[in-house]
Amino acid sequence: MKKYLGPLSKDNPILVQILGVCSALAVTAQLKPAVVMALSVTIVCACANFIISLIRNTIPPRVRIIVQLLIVSALVIVVDQVLQAVVYDVSKMLSVFVGLIITNCIIMGRLEAFAMSHKPLPSLIDGLMNGLGYGLVLVIVAIFRELLGSGTLWNHPVIPQSFYEAGYLNNGLMILPPMALILVGSLIWIKNSKKSSVK
Amino acid sequence: MDFFTNLSDKIGKKLEKGRPFHFLYSTYDAIDSFLLTPKEITTNGSHIRDAVDMKRIMITVMIALFPALLFGMWNVGHQHFLSIGEDATIWQSFGYGFLKWLPLVIVTYGSGLLVEAIFAQVRGHQIAEGFFVTGFLIPMIMPPDVPLWIVSVATIFAVLFGKEVFGGTGYNFLNPALLARAFVFFAYPSVISGDAVWISQSADVISGATPLSLVMNGSTSVLPSNWSLFIGTIPGSFGETSKIAILLGAILLIYTQVASWKIMISVIIGGLLTGTIFHATGACPILGWQHLLLGGFLFGAVFMATDPVTATHTQSGKYIYGFLIGAIAIVIRVLNKGYPEGMMLAILLMNIFAPLIDYCVIQLNIRHRKKRILRKKN
Repeated sequence: MKKYLGPLSKDNPILVQILGVCSALAVTAQLKPAVVMALSVTIVCACANFIISLIRNTIPPRVRIIVQLLIVSALVIVVDQVLQAVVYDVSKMLSVFVGLIITNCIIMGRLEAFAMSHKPLPSLIDGLMNGLGYGLVLVIVAIFRELLGSGTLWNHPVIPQSFYEAGYLNNGLMILPPMALILVGSLIWIKNSKKSSVK
Repeated sequence: MDFFTNLSDKIGKKLEKGRPFHFLYSTYDAIDSFLLTPKEITTNGSHIRDAVDMKRIMITVMIALFPALLFGMWNVGHQHFLSIGEDATIWQSFGYGFLKWLPLVIVTYGSGLLVEAIFAQVRGHQIAEGFFVTGFLIPMIMPPDVPLWIVSVATIFAVLFGKEVFGGTGYNFLNPALLARAFVFFAYPSVISGDAVWISQSADVISGATPLSLVMNGSTSVLPSNWSLFIGTIPGSFGETSKIAILLGAILLIYTQVASWKIMISVIIGGLLTGTIFHATGACPILGWQHLLLGGFLFGAVFMATDPVTATHTQSGKYIYGFLIGAIAIVIRVLNKGYPEGMMLAILLMNIFAPLIDYCVIQLNIRHRKKRILRKKN
């Protein structure tokens, strides 16, 4: 069981393996798109892991990347269509980044490293956990960025009006991508300073 | 004096290794070496004896900043009384500006030194003197009415992510003072750009546009005379307005060899050349040399671009570095109306490229010498 909980903290895809950083920077300006993105990646990662694991013995090793890509892209198209139908505004906000889940290194990495050599059920859990580990970082970064950058959470104003009247201002830099990089960097910093095994 | 030395030694003994309060040693050491002389002195071997150490260099820069600062204090008060239409004596203006400057500098030093002290404690370093100049520069490049909490946040950000993350004083590749200003510029644009912020508590009827933003808006007809641009009786932050005071500082810096004249000269040449080209093509209504009198160009050239840590270290690299700063600053000014203060962005950009310039210069030199050796052998 411990093995599967790794991605949440010890083997976190973003903070430790430094994978999938691009989308983590791009979609975290607000909490809502970040959560939707996290869920999409989790679903795609879990399902792709499961399917690849089912057919892992029939895939010829030489064309395995192509097969993996095909399955991932099929899943991404499904997710994209569902998002457009259910949460159109968020889907608009995420724009190209839903499509780019195909190239997310976390998914390809888990397929190669885990699903190709494990049974379907463990693969499903592994995909789920990696997606959640990715999502966890996204949500943390997005909470900071939306709270400090726009003064809202999930589009609801959180910072009371009296703060603004007293001279408080929203931090415009938080909405820009550079601050996302600095926040992710700070999380990695905090994580490394806690863990003495990384030297 | 002996009394203080003895007192300090006594306190130092109490904080030696093994004592319960040893963790406070770095703080003690910083205060001790700032007020008295450093304890560790080289005792053997031959070495060059010179009075110049980091503390001396920092103090020289601060002295060089004083003319611009004193003028800036007076000017902030002068602009304030001018805008509300009151007559004021020199001392009233000066006092007003001083009271505007004092809280800024206290907040900057307070928050910056707090971050430095925390890091020095955690890492067991000494607190370096590097922050004294940074903390002195930050209030000089802020608008007079900037909210104090923003200054504090910007200073903490700049010291933390501009300096401490990379290892502290001497390891930073960005100028921390400019980083603080850039942070305010992008995070809280309403307090540092526009026409309303550059005169302290101005009356609403008067437009407080700086001459630079007048040029940006194309209204060159109401531009102050070149003489007042040079003297500095124009709206602006504390340090940047008076070119003559900045030049006084520059003379001191060049005379004491604390700052590189090569960088200063090449920044000015780069700015002049680019400004002239833009004027010749009709993209910019003002003459090339007038750019030097506008905004923070000269202040940046003298005090910011020459920061020995973030500038290039090779001699010919300094010319390239300076020239590109001047050129890019004018390009940003003329082509991007949204960023009138191109000097800040140009210096930060070239700070990032400084190690690359150094690398290229050194590699070229190595190749050049290799060829020379081969020629001699044949």
